[in-house]
Amino acid sequence: MVDAHPADAPASSRRRWASSGGETFLVAAIAIYVVVFAVWPLLRLFFEALLPGRDGEILGLLIGEWRSAATRTALVNTLEASALASLLSLVIGIAVAFAITLTDVRGKAVLTFIAMLPLLVPSQITALAWIEFTGAFSPILAPLGLAPKPGMTNPLYSKWGIVLVMGIEHSTLVFLAVRAGLRSVPRDLVEAARLGGAHPLRVIWSVVTPLALPAILAGAALAFVTSIGNFGIPALLGIPGRYSMLTTLIYQRLQGFGPRVLGEVAALSLILAALAAVGLLLRALLVRRGRFATEGSSAHLEPFGLGRGRPVTAALLWILLVVIAVLPLLALLAASLSPALGVPLRLDTATLDNYRFALLEQDATIRAFRNSFVLALITAIVSAAVAVPLAYLVTLRKNPFARALDVVADTPYAVPGTVLAIAVILVFLPPLPILQLSLYGTLGIILVAYLGRFLALALRPTMAGMDLVNKSLDEAAQIAGASVLTRLWAVILPVVAPSAAAGALLIFMTAFNELTVSALLWSTGRETLGVVVFTLQYEGNSPAAAAVATASIVVTLALAGLASVLGRRLPEGVVPWRA
Amino acid sequence: MASVTLEAVSKRFDSTRAVEKVSLAVVDGEFFALLGPSGCGKTTLLRLVAGFEAPDEGSIKLATEVVGRPGWALAPEKRRIGMVFQSYALWPHMNVAQNVAFALRVRRVPSVERQKRVAAALAMVGLEAMAKRRPHELSGGQRQRVALARCLAMQPTVVLLDEPLANLDVHLREAMQQEFARFHRESGATFIYVTHDQAEAMALADRVAVMHEGRVEQAAPPRALYREPATEMVARFVGRGMVVPVDVIGREGPRLIVDLWGERIAVRGEGSAGEHRKLCLHSEDLALTSRTTGTIHGHIAALTFQGAATLLTIQPNAEGASQLRIEYTSAPPAVGAAVTVMVRDGWIIPEGRMP
Repeated sequence: MVDAHPADAPASSRRRWASSGGETFLVAAIAIYVVVFAVWPLLRLFFEALLPGRDGEILGLLIGEWRSAATRTALVNTLEASALASLLSLVIGIAVAFAITLTDVRGKAVLTFIAMLPLLVPSQITALAWIEFTGAFSPILAPLGLAPKPGMTNPLYSKWGIVLVMGIEHSTLVFLAVRAGLRSVPRDLVEAARLGGAHPLRVIWSVVTPLALPAILAGAALAFVTSIGNFGIPALLGIPGRYSMLTTLIYQRLQGFGPRVLGEVAALSLILAALAAVGLLLRALLVRRGRFATEGSSAHLEPFGLGRGRPVTAALLWILLVVIAVLPLLALLAASLSPALGVPLRLDTATLDNYRFALLEQDATIRAFRNSFVLALITAIVSAAVAVPLAYLVTLRKNPFARALDVVADTPYAVPGTVLAIAVILVFLPPLPILQLSLYGTLGIILVAYLGRFLALALRPTMAGMDLVNKSLDEAAQIAGASVLTRLWAVILPVVAPSAAAGALLIFMTAFNELTVSALLWSTGRETLGVVVFTLQYEGNSPAAAAVATASIVVTLALAGLASVLGRRLPEGVVPWRA
Repeated sequence: MASVTLEAVSKRFDSTRAVEKVSLAVVDGEFFALLGPSGCGKTTLLRLVAGFEAPDEGSIKLATEVVGRPGWALAPEKRRIGMVFQSYALWPHMNVAQNVAFALRVRRVPSVERQKRVAAALAMVGLEAMAKRRPHELSGGQRQRVALARCLAMQPTVVLLDEPLANLDVHLREAMQQEFARFHRESGATFIYVTHDQAEAMALADRVAVMHEGRVEQAAPPRALYREPATEMVARFVGRGMVVPVDVIGREGPRLIVDLWGERIAVRGEGSAGEHRKLCLHSEDLALTSRTTGTIHGHIAALTFQGAATLLTIQPNAEGASQLRIEYTSAPPAVGAAVTVMVRDGWIIPEGRMP
């Protein structure tokens, strides 16, 4: 018998905001951040891409790109490879999610963690690991006689190689979406079907799957969008395989011709962004349908007993996950320990020389570790510091302007990283207005792009944490006479700090290994870790590339472990891979 | 010093009218209750007084200062009022003493003075020993006391209480009610208390405003509310009153004579001969009798055992008559038995006239 607080109604936007100066100031400060790092660059890109061409034709840049054969090829390839890869992601993601969520196989925590590995490992490193795994000197396939003969091109340098690795890399996205969809199926619906006499398989087919279908398709759409924007895999597999995609085409154009082709690559970026937008729109529609289908859910689903089928199911699941997620990483590790390309790895030939060379001797790598560390740290801290007040204004204060900012803040993360990088170059290549110095060629330009791109990554866990904060905690502090800033500092921050910290950790892990954005923004002396791995491999020093990649994975997995430990005390949804 | 005055205050959310032209004058030091079923707008009214919402129409005054007018509200943090929340709203990362001290810190009360006031507030609610505990280590009743201490440490002149007992066990509520009464007496502050529990409102308040669909139906002392309800809604809501249609026959001394289902009965209230009106009856106004004139004939429709008494539901024989309820302490007649009911008292509801 409690009055529903009418203030929770959306219409509280009626409220006039002039009454709190502190809040207005806060909203304005966040608005400036979002405009500088997100709105301005992306709008600039949009208008740049619509400029007339060299001969003055209206929309000439866009039309010129559209007519070019290279663009056509890249566009078709992008669509083809992404569609096939998301199909593979869909098959793997569904199989793994159904087996882990709906059956009583043992060791779910370990299985879930392995299923998460492809998402935790950045895509350029996944590609590298697969190159080692399927190469002529594969420490795993060669002893079995399955490796290609030395001298043959690695079969992964092809369309199907890209499809395979991208499909596996993004299967985790489908897995997560399907698992969430299955979990939201109300238990009583399943129990009612079983009481009605339906066999578990029949229940899964007729009740569970239809209810989870929107979530499954939304997961596939997300995998598709992510594939379209992927750079690391097409860069490592497609460039040597002469299979051009939009992200690599933009990269190669800019590498080859420099800033004078900015207009053309802006037009290309717009095409890329449009593809992603269509995918995201599709996903949003599917997500909305899914929410409708399982509204008012009761308890979570109980897994079905497999009986005698359990060992077989478990064995198949383990084999699948080990092959797609563990063996490539082992191959990478082996490559990093081998003395030289082609020398078989045995206990007596194993060496740490590659690590010594990469981590202690080569200046570029040492610099890259330092650069990536500094960039990731600053990005993580600043993003969390912006996410907390923004999430507070959106969730607890229901501030309409903050809500709009929240939507906008997602854009730089939703668009492919390549698009954002081009947008940032367009804005920050010319000297800054008052300071008269250009960020181009400094770490600053990478930082600007990161600050825009990763805010969304801190916002989601912070929002999830903020959602659980009772509004009256804030109101009680208001009654006590505390201003907005005092409340944020003394009441809100201590309560949501763990969630915000999880967001910061997530950003650090992602930014530390980032390649897509920095590949377009780096300059000599300003390398990032992702760039160094890419360059070492490109230059043919794959043992050193493997060593740097292994080292950075160790850092990433250690942080993931830390987040998991931290995550046990956090609300659901804050740490994405928690089982 | 700290009266609360609302003049024709309205508040809408989208198309729902949460509060509709409410005028109230809560005097300084009064214990005022807002009573009503859920969704009646009482919480919105409280939030308007607190400053979490701005009115769409009308004005709100604290003492002589206008704090709310259409589209504008003085921020809650500038109103210096106290509030006890239904969820208690204790800050989970602060211990009991820090919770109580927070408002004093914000107001830069010097440390010595602050400690004295925190200790005094905790002593008042009997929680000195719990000063270092975190909220999650306390029982529901203790949390409620902390919330109250936190509010009182601010020494507010106006205290708002939003269903403060709704989350407590029944046996704790009575004890807390007495605490609220004591705090009201000792602090001398104006209390505005929102509840859906009429027993709570009647026991505590000097005056009770009954709200329904955003409007105040009646604001009066508890006894008047019960004995002389102004509207049919108040009559039915307060003390489970029964409302029956009557025709006024005429006045006989202090009493009004009305016709109920063809029988003449004497009741309180105003009315002139020939009017169709509504009569409020409470179960203690009715009794079983062996008399045959001025009585209502019917039969027992149902019996509900209630411990000390049995609730008799009686269906009168008259056509279209609604059921009556009597609390009966002796051995009750069987279901279906014919009975005769005497009406000892009743109140003609002043609201509107029947067609």
